[in-house]
Amino acid sequence: MEHTIEHGEHAGGGTKEIVRVTVILTVLTIIELLLGFWMIGIPLESTGLRLAIKGVIVILMLAKAFYIVAYFMHLKHELKNLIMTIVVPLALFVWFIIAFLYDGNSFKNLRNTYDPYYKEQSMKKVEKKEEAKPAAHGEQHDVQEAKH
Amino acid sequence: MATTATAPTTNAWGGGKSPFNVEYGKVMMWYFLMSDAFTFGAFLISYGTIRFSTNGWPDPNEVFKSFPFAPEGMHAPLVFVSIMTFILIISSVTMVLAVQAGKNMDKSGVVKNLIWTIIGGIAFLSCQAWEWNHLLHEGAWWGSNPFLNHDGTASSTNFTNYFFTITGFHGFHVFSGVIINIIMLIMTLADKFEQRGHYLMIEKAGLYWHFVDLVWVFVFTCFYLI
Repeated sequence: MEHTIEHGEHAGGGTKEIVRVTVILTVLTIIELLLGFWMIGIPLESTGLRLAIKGVIVILMLAKAFYIVAYFMHLKHELKNLIMTIVVPLALFVWFIIAFLYDGNSFKNLRNTYDPYYKEQSMKKVEKKEEAKPAAHGEQHDVQEAKH
Repeated sequence: MATTATAPTTNAWGGGKSPFNVEYGKVMMWYFLMSDAFTFGAFLISYGTIRFSTNGWPDPNEVFKSFPFAPEGMHAPLVFVSIMTFILIISSVTMVLAVQAGKNMDKSGVVKNLIWTIIGGIAFLSCQAWEWNHLLHEGAWWGSNPFLNHDGTASSTNFTNYFFTITGFHGFHVFSGVIINIIMLIMTLADKFEQRGHYLMIEKAGLYWHFVDLVWVFVFTCFYLI
């Protein structure tokens, strides 16, 4: 009967591992921020590039989530039974994300196709910033300041 | 039945074994965190759905461009929120160190690292309070959105509604995490865990605190970066 729980038994790498994971998390965050800063300078029109950067950021986000759950929350060093109990239900998210985002996008397309009034309203620039071209950051900024 | 005695040895669920090999409280904490993950996931997916169904959306680099004590017109996107992110990551690290110290029955190590974790939590909450206050003064609140979309078109209140609801819900989790950590600190100082002979309670509080950090990773990405 092994009913006693031996803590320290399923130990990870100890302090060395904590330092390693901290460094990884920091580096991943810095890369995310660099990508974020890079994206500021990219005009809205280059949709593909912006989407690609956002995709990379999401992948880095998932990597960070993995390191936090696996090492800080110690899940990697638990028994496989516990890992599966926690991780398998969360796989539902894969379907949730695909289904809901696809549905949202479809709703946008339907409205833009069949609701001309909505489309016209959502394409109308707000008066105050008539001269400001989209993605001209300095100007946009001035206009927003002037609003207050 | 004695003839089938060879079967159970290969099966973790066959009896005589602890299938998870963690104590009850920790399993329940994991289950709670899983349900909480679904709550936050529902919030964030709802936000994503609305964002996908809308033609324009505000540029986070325009909305979150301010910094405390900075001159009025300063343009510093991402700077303040990255400081908040690092505060939370570091407080998560000190929490791991507290758990580690607890495993080694090192009371002073637990106390020291718990205090750092609590300080980190309070620092994060202060940053968030400043940010909310600043946005409120700019006219942003539930049901009111002073910002324009990225392309210069009028924006809906969905943006502020989701921002305040989700960061507020996360901030409330940070707040309760700080309270839990303070209770852990008091219990440690009162030698409660020394009497019990183990610091497993710190591990459970630690799980909750890491979860708060984990949620911030998602909130930070969804609202500030992309």
